Parts: sequence; structure tokens; C-alpha cells
Amino acid sequence: MAVKEPSIKSMKHEDFKDNEYIDKLVEELNATGANVMVGKLDQLINWGISNSLWPLCFGTSCCAIEFMCLGAARYDMARFGFEVARNSPRQADYIMVQGTIVHKMAPALVRLYDQLAEPKYVIACGGCAVSGGPFKKSYCVVDGVDKIIPVDVFIPGCPPRPEAMFYGLMQLQRKIKLQKFFGGVNRQEKIQDFFRKHPSEAGEY
Amino acid sequence: MSVKDCISKICPSATFEEGDILLVNVPAENWRKLAEELKHNPELNFDVLTAVVGMDWKESLGVVYYFTATSHKWEMLSVKVAVADRENPYIHTVSDLWKVANFQEREVYDFFGIKFIGHPDMRRFFLRNDWKGFPLRKDYDANPALNPIPTDDEKNEDDTISYVEQPDGTIKGIPGKVFKEGDYVVNVGPQHPSTHGVMRFRAAIDGEEVKKVDVVSGYIHRGIEKLCESLGYPQILHFTDRMDYMSAHQNRHCLCMCIEKAMGLVIPERAVVIRTIMDELMRISSHLLSFGCTAMDLGATTAFFYGFREREMILDIFEKTCGARMSMNYNVIGGVIADLHPDFVKDVKALLAIMPERLKEYHKVYSGNIIAKNRMVGVGHLSKEDAINYCITGPSGRGSNWSNDCRKKHPYAAYDRVEFDEVLLDGCDSYARYMVRMKEIEQSCRIIEQLIDRIPEGDIRAQVPKIVKLPAGHWYTQVEASRGTFGVYIESDGGKTPFRVHFQSPCFNLVGVMDLCCRGNMIADLITIGAALDFVIPDIDR
Repeated sequence: MAVKEPSIKSMKHEDFKDNEYIDKLVEELNATGANVMVGKLDQLINWGISNSLWPLCFGTSCCAIEFMCLGAARYDMARFGFEVARNSPRQADYIMVQGTIVHKMAPALVRLYDQLAEPKYVIACGGCAVSGGPFKKSYCVVDGVDKIIPVDVFIPGCPPRPEAMFYGLMQLQRKIKLQKFFGGVNRQEKIQDFFRKHPSEAGEY
Repeated sequence: MSVKDCISKICPSATFEEGDILLVNVPAENWRKLAEELKHNPELNFDVLTAVVGMDWKESLGVVYYFTATSHKWEMLSVKVAVADRENPYIHTVSDLWKVANFQEREVYDFFGIKFIGHPDMRRFFLRNDWKGFPLRKDYDANPALNPIPTDDEKNEDDTISYVEQPDGTIKGIPGKVFKEGDYVVNVGPQHPSTHGVMRFRAAIDGEEVKKVDVVSGYIHRGIEKLCESLGYPQILHFTDRMDYMSAHQNRHCLCMCIEKAMGLVIPERAVVIRTIMDELMRISSHLLSFGCTAMDLGATTAFFYGFREREMILDIFEKTCGARMSMNYNVIGGVIADLHPDFVKDVKALLAIMPERLKEYHKVYSGNIIAKNRMVGVGHLSKEDAINYCITGPSGRGSNWSNDCRKKHPYAAYDRVEFDEVLLDGCDSYARYMVRMKEIEQSCRIIEQLIDRIPEGDIRAQVPKIVKLPAGHWYTQVEASRGTFGVYIESDGGKTPFRVHFQSPCFNLVGVMDLCCRGNMIADLITIGAALDFVIPDIDR
């Protein structure tokens, strides 16, 4: 994913790179004993978000058991900051769809997705969530959760090994580290699309 | 008098088909009378309704019932009832005689549209009320435009209907309500961490006391039985691993056994013993998970880590031999897919060596805990009579002192040559069910200990043709899965694909007693009772 060059009317793009005066300021402060570090606000925010991703407990079948192994001592997802599995979507950062989504469950999943607070992410974990898996031809299986909600990371496998799940979660971390707090959030659903679907939320926007 | 003579006397129009299980053909109008006799006549006394299989034979719709007589050496009997009318098929209910039929008949209605006369609550079980058509009928229109992915929320299904036969012979639908006027209904699920998956309960409560629980299922109904009808026999095997994923080996063992029985295939001795060991390892892993999850549902997170520590050892053993931690796909028609890993015996012995010590640790950490005891002892009472009536097999039934272990009653694989005890407790409560599981781990270890040094050399699978064809006919087999008796029904018309496959899952019956067990208990105990019954939702919904 390319990071776009910011364009501001009153400032030339080359001037962004002219950080000499900041470096000088930092040097001066460090010399007098003040501990100062400079960086981008985005980096700080993304560092925070990507290392405390709280999942929503959303397991429908086999993959959920492997996800429980992630929570147990051997794989220990607390190492990455994923361990605070939430039961309410209002406290969670992402949904990891673990298992088949069938027609009867689809509206519930969409509702859970809508209830997540921004910034929110979706991981489709396992063959069923990616494409319907072995049940693709069934009369009541949604063949891929990307048909009903936008998905950030796909993890194939039936079920994926815990290592594969970690790999997928780390891909999500990478993706988050590129997003910008002021504009350009890394989500696939355009905000206009969201308000078109939920007109009551739009307000003045 | 034999069962056959007895039935001929009650119902002269009945015809018989011999097989490994006797099949009785009964006209629909005589069915109700025969059913009452089957239950109450002391010479028949078929007290367990083992399986209810809905059928569509194209020219007629119908149901095949499988009964077991616990007092007559667990003898089995099947009864076939068919109706020709496809528009309005009616069959008399047996849900008042065998309570387990309540949900089973709702499933048949959902799949085939057969309405049961006298059933108190004739709603769909798996699919939404607005679903068009009956998917397991042979003439079902699978056009996705008819049943698109729904975007609207599901309506609460408060309206129900019951079909009653009038004195003049006509049948009338009488509408009713699930809950009474003024009931305070609390919704639990489908997205709830303590329902062990996507199950939904609607509980009517009075203060904190549960008055009634309405089970709303089908949030993971994947239509496996219909999918099987379009696939060849070796291709349908993998579905069983994904139904009750905690009994993957046993379920697949059962399906393989059913197909092997139909083909008349003899399995090499080595494969038989390997299958038995794998089944028992799976059972230990399942009970360990159950231990961890029961504890976690009560808020004891530490016990969860203990259970999963040993479970990882078993998963490593599976991974080395089968190539996967879960969904192993190990049993195949005629034997097993791969030979044992060279480390297998060593790893299993290492597991057996530490298990007794670790079990003591579990009991110390959790079983004797005062909070755990207060939450489980005396909660969720299920008497032995109810367990039989609702066909609650497995550890949950044995916690009500009902001896129902399929490994003892109908020995299969290598179970007739090993010594083990069937664990029976008479607590009839959640704690008894929990303790049966813990003690079964010891018994499973005992079985493996006897077999691990006696794995015979030889082939791991029999010669099987690439394209498996079964002769026309039907077969039913049972195994003891981790949660109870798992049955497979296959009907073949002689082709490459099955005409009908039905999986009789133990968890389907377990969820049927939620209403009975929860009544009179606190709403918070609904979670404990569910955890101690230990159902796996994809096994219920299939």
C-alpha cells in the first residue's frame, strides 16, 4: 500500500523534509538534560492501536477451538497484545470470523460489525469464512464473509494452525501501522457507503 | 414371543424386512397404535428412541425410526412410516411417548415438510421461518434467488402451530404462543461467549428463576446431509470431522464403519487397533477441553490453562501421525490413511505417564473448589427416567446413572478385547456429569495402556476400489463419541453417491433437555448447566 504525499497549499512538499530546526531544538534540549524524542503522531497512535488489538469472541465452529489454543499458555497471544478477548463488540477492535457463516447468522454478523467502534477491522479466518470452504455448495452457507462485510485480512486453512493465525494477525498490525489518524483510515468500506446504508447516523455529515 | 410375532399381532398389515436390524413397514394410519405398544407393551418395551430419519423416496415421504430396548439386551428395531401425499403429508407424533422426538420431529418438518399430528410446537428448527421450500426434498429448488442471504433481522418466533385430528378425520391447525402473555423473556445468544458457539436460548424468567427455555437453533446449520447426496462416498468423509470437531475420529470412524458394513469389507487388524487408540486419545482431548471450558464458564480461568496444557500433547501426537492438529481426516474407507509416526508409541506413553498426576492436580485446583461445588452440585437435575426418555447418552446420561455406553452394549473395533469400566454416577446433576468426564479420562488411559504395546503389524488399510459403490439398501451404525452415541444412517440406491445420509448426533438430544434442566434454577445457572452438558453446536446443527 502506497503512502500518499500530503499536499498543503501554503507549504511546498520539499519543506516537509527540512527538519533541521527541529533536530537543532532536540539537540539543544538534550544537551540541557531534557529527555526529548520526536516522531509523528501517527506513529504513536498506530503503535498503540496495533499492539493492543482486542478481538471480539466470535467463533462459530472449529477455528474457534484453535483460537482458544492461541489464548492458552503454549501459544500465548498476550505476547502480541491480542489477549483481551471481549464479549461485547463495543469494547473490541476487530472481529475474527472463526467458522462458517450461514444465512441465519448473517444479519447477526452484520449487526455486530456495525456495533464495533471505529477504527474496526475484520479477519476472515479459515476456509469457511474466506470462501465457504467445504460447504460452499450448500443451500444456506454464505460463501465468504466478504460478501456481507468488508474484510481486511484472510487466513486460509481448515482450521489454520495457531502460527498461521498469528501471521494473519501480524499482517493486520502491519496494515494498521500504515494508516493515518487524520484522514485515510485503512478501511475498505467507504464512509459514504456506510452512511448511505445507515441514514439515521449521518447527521450533518 | 419374538418381536416380529408380537408386532404382527398388534398390526397385521405390517410387513418385515430382515437385516442386521429388523425393519417394520407400517401404514401411517396404524403407526400411532403400534408406537404406543412399542413403548408400553412389556414384551416389546422399546424405551429409547435412538434415531429419527426423515426420508424422501420420491413417490412418498416418510420417517424411519430406530428404537432400542434397554431391558432386552439393547436390541434394536427400525420402523418405516411413509405417506404418499406430497402437498400435505401428515404423520402422527410420538413426542408424547418419547420426549426426544420433540426436536427430532421439528427437524423432519424443517427438512421435509412432514407435519406431525399432535406435536405441541410445529415450528422450523434450523432454518428461518421465512425460508421457502423444504431443502432435503429431492425436488427442492436450490435457486439462490429464492432464498437470498437475508439482510433483515430475524423476527422472534412467538407464533407456533399444533395440528390436531378432529373426530371426523380432518386435520386442523391450532395456533398457539411459545411464551405466555406477560412472560419476561431474556435472550441469550446467538453471539454469546458461554453458549459454546452460536446457540440461542430464550428464557422466560420470574425474578431470577427460569420458567421456560426456548431453544432457537440453526445459526451454524450448514446443510451437510444435503451436500452428502451430491458427493461420492470417499468425499463425504471429511464432513464428519467438522461436525463435532471434538469427536472427529469417532464420528469419522462411525461413517467409515457404516460404509464398510455395506460393502462387506474386512478391516486389517492393525487399522482396527489404531482406530481404537485414536478414538480414546480424542476422547481425552475432548474431556480436557470440556474441563477447561466448564471452569472458564464459571469464571475460573486458571483451570483452562491446565486443561489445555495436556491437550497440546495430544494434538502433537495427532499432528505427527495425521498431519493436522484438528480436522485430522485420518480414517478412510477400509482403514486409516497413513501409518503411525515412529514416535507415536513413545509420545503416547509419555502422555499416559503424566496423566494420573495431572488429574490429581485438576481435582486439587478445581473439582474440590467450594465455588465450583456450590455452582454445580444439585444444579440441573436430570433423573434417570428423563435421561432415557430424552435419549441423553454419553457422559451426561451416565451422570444420571444410566448405563448406555455403546462400547459395552454394541462392542465395535477393539473394545471387546480390552478391560475398562463404564463410569456411572448417581448425582443426576451438573457435578456428576462433570465428574464422569474426569473419570472417563482415567478409563481411556486404561484402554490405551492395554493396546499401545499390542499394535499388530500388517496393512493399515484394505484394498478398496477407487470408486466406491454400495448395493441398494440401508444401514445404521453407532459409535460412542465423546459426548454420547453417534449414529450414521446411509440409504443407497446402488449408485456412486448416497441416496440419503443422516447423522444422529448426541448433542442434538443434549440441547433438548435444556428446558427441563433449567426450570426452577437461576438464570446464571443456565450457563453452568449448558457447560456441564457440554454440547458442541455444529454437531447439533450439522
